[in-house]
Amino acid sequence: MTALGKLLRTTAFQLTLVYLVVFALFAAFLVGYFALNTRRLINEQIVGTVDTEVTALTGQYNQAGIRRLVVIVDVRSRRPGSSLYLVTTPTGEGLAGNVGSLEPGILESQGWVETAYRRLEEPESAEHNALVRVSRLPGGIRLLVGRDLDERERMFHIVAVAGRWSVALVVVLGVLGGIFVSRRVLNRVEAMTATAQTIMAGDLSGRLSVTGSGDEFDRLALNLNVMLERIDSLMRGLKEVTDNVAHDLKTPLTRLRNRCEAALRMAKTDADYRRVLEETIEESVGLIRTFDALLMIARAESGQIRDGMAEFDIADVARDVGDLFEPLAEDKGLTLQVQASEHATVKGNRELVSQALANLVDNAIKYAAPDAKAANGERAGILVETGADKDQITLTVSDHGPGIPAGDRSRVVERFVRLEQSRSEPGSGLGLSLVSAVARLHGGELKLEDNAPGLTAQIALPRTPSTRAA
Amino acid sequence: MRLLIIEDDRDAAEYLVKAFREVGHVADHAADGEEGLSLALDGGYDVLIIDRMLPKLDGLAVIGQLRAKGNAAPALILSALGAVDDRVRGLRAGGDDYLPKPYSFSELLARVEVLARRHTGRGEETQYRVADLELDRLSHRVVRGSEEISLQPREFRLLEYLMKHAGQVVTRTMLLENVWDYHFDPQTNIIDVHISRLRSKIDKGFAQPLLHTVRGAGYMIRDGAR
Repeated sequence: MTALGKLLRTTAFQLTLVYLVVFALFAAFLVGYFALNTRRLINEQIVGTVDTEVTALTGQYNQAGIRRLVVIVDVRSRRPGSSLYLVTTPTGEGLAGNVGSLEPGILESQGWVETAYRRLEEPESAEHNALVRVSRLPGGIRLLVGRDLDERERMFHIVAVAGRWSVALVVVLGVLGGIFVSRRVLNRVEAMTATAQTIMAGDLSGRLSVTGSGDEFDRLALNLNVMLERIDSLMRGLKEVTDNVAHDLKTPLTRLRNRCEAALRMAKTDADYRRVLEETIEESVGLIRTFDALLMIARAESGQIRDGMAEFDIADVARDVGDLFEPLAEDKGLTLQVQASEHATVKGNRELVSQALANLVDNAIKYAAPDAKAANGERAGILVETGADKDQITLTVSDHGPGIPAGDRSRVVERFVRLEQSRSEPGSGLGLSLVSAVARLHGGELKLEDNAPGLTAQIALPRTPSTRAA
Repeated sequence: MRLLIIEDDRDAAEYLVKAFREVGHVADHAADGEEGLSLALDGGYDVLIIDRMLPKLDGLAVIGQLRAKGNAAPALILSALGAVDDRVRGLRAGGDDYLPKPYSFSELLARVEVLARRHTGRGEETQYRVADLELDRLSHRVVRGSEEISLQPREFRLLEYLMKHAGQVVTRTMLLENVWDYHFDPQTNIIDVHISRLRSKIDKGFAQPLLHTVRGAGYMIRDGAR
């Protein structure tokens, strides 16, 4: 599309055109009305003047006869800018006046009539129009008095020309204004389109320009920029995750491959092969676990699991998970205590909440130091508690392990983040990410706090309106 | 045991057919949903192994049509979609068990054998007996020889499940699903710890162990003398 074509298609320009037609018609109507009124006014003036003269001349004639009339008409005819006069005999022979010729038959008529005429002293070719009144005086004398119409025509002409010009001016100014406005709009839109295109081409850092005028384009640009910001941060998050996934999946994959290659090169006995194959399977199981955890987190974060929500008792979950892990804790010389006396129903996915709690308990067991003493000197243990107040329902796991330094608490819920001191322990760095994702899926959050010493991890879920009554 | 494997990935199907044959089962293969449905309707299969996503006719649709035609052969769904809600959908559609990919053959075999037996075997019994170990489901009593063994409720359910499938391999995931009703992977050897506790209660002090570990697969309760 050409630049002009684009301009003509803008909404602003098309609106301008519509207004332009309306205003032009209005202007034309005004000028026409004005012209017609002017014409009428001039006609009235002429009629008034001529009537006065006819009355005066008729009076003179009636008082002093034809001679006096001829003298007066002669005098008046000679004045510059005079009216038209003609006095004739009943047969039409001219006695006095300044009219050279008239249209034929005018003198036979009576009253007001428009006619072409020529003055006496003028050449043959000159011809004007006049409005005349023909009267019959007593004795058959005819008297014609009239005024030239040139003035009226001139007036009308002036008004018509002015009207044409003003309409033309309205059109020209309107079109220019339309072009100006649409170009302004078009430029803003074009700038936005250009930015959008660079963004679509892959440069997510681009932002729409905001002029600061606070107009509708600014508001649109501001909103779009917020949207772009969100997309950008999501994309960065995604990139971070894929980078991490690439790293955390590629490392074990490389190990797997190296091991197989080494076996092909060096293994001598069936037992060697068997050992390598078993290690390979073990490694692949670990990979699948990591992969499953990542998918689960992604699904929880995208809210895809929402349809599997049902009401369940949080105390049951605490007891079941405690029951599942209790032997494991005991094997490590830890006590695992569950305090879940209060019943509190939560609407959510029981399986995911159980898994989240299992992750927290597993962490607590994994990192707890068996010989550590609690602040009050009692034997170190892990406590799983449920709590409920009017706003929220909580699942808390407290241990007396090494805890997490305050500065790292927000970081450990990110995917694949593992603190230095825990790198030697088995794990994927996804456990707390899953807990946090599950909490957020249910509209809650994961809070990590100091248990002095140790860690208190709490899943806080909001009460749903239906559970408030319970 | 006769099995029908409906799976569009030829390599995977071939591997399964071969592996089942090695352990003494007969396995047929169908490469798409329509072929699988007509083979299954011909009947005579003890267990159907059906991939979730199939050409021509989706796995869940195959099961739906089978059930609509009155065919009750137990069906195990294999799916690359492992999430919780997906499993629920699969079971609701008429599947009897659900195994997310990638799976280990021993897991699949254990589940298929349990399914086959559930279908042909006896119904729920009130008493299970393996050698001199007896479990009464009504009175919740466990006796070995002449000695009464006291078990925690969860230990009782664990033993109950193992004895119900006595002589069959039961995997860790099967235990987690059936005893705890959890379908996630707790990432630790938690089941092993529970088993060793149970073992110390029912086998310790007796000459003949009944609760065996099957390497690379899971656990089995059986009468060692048989």
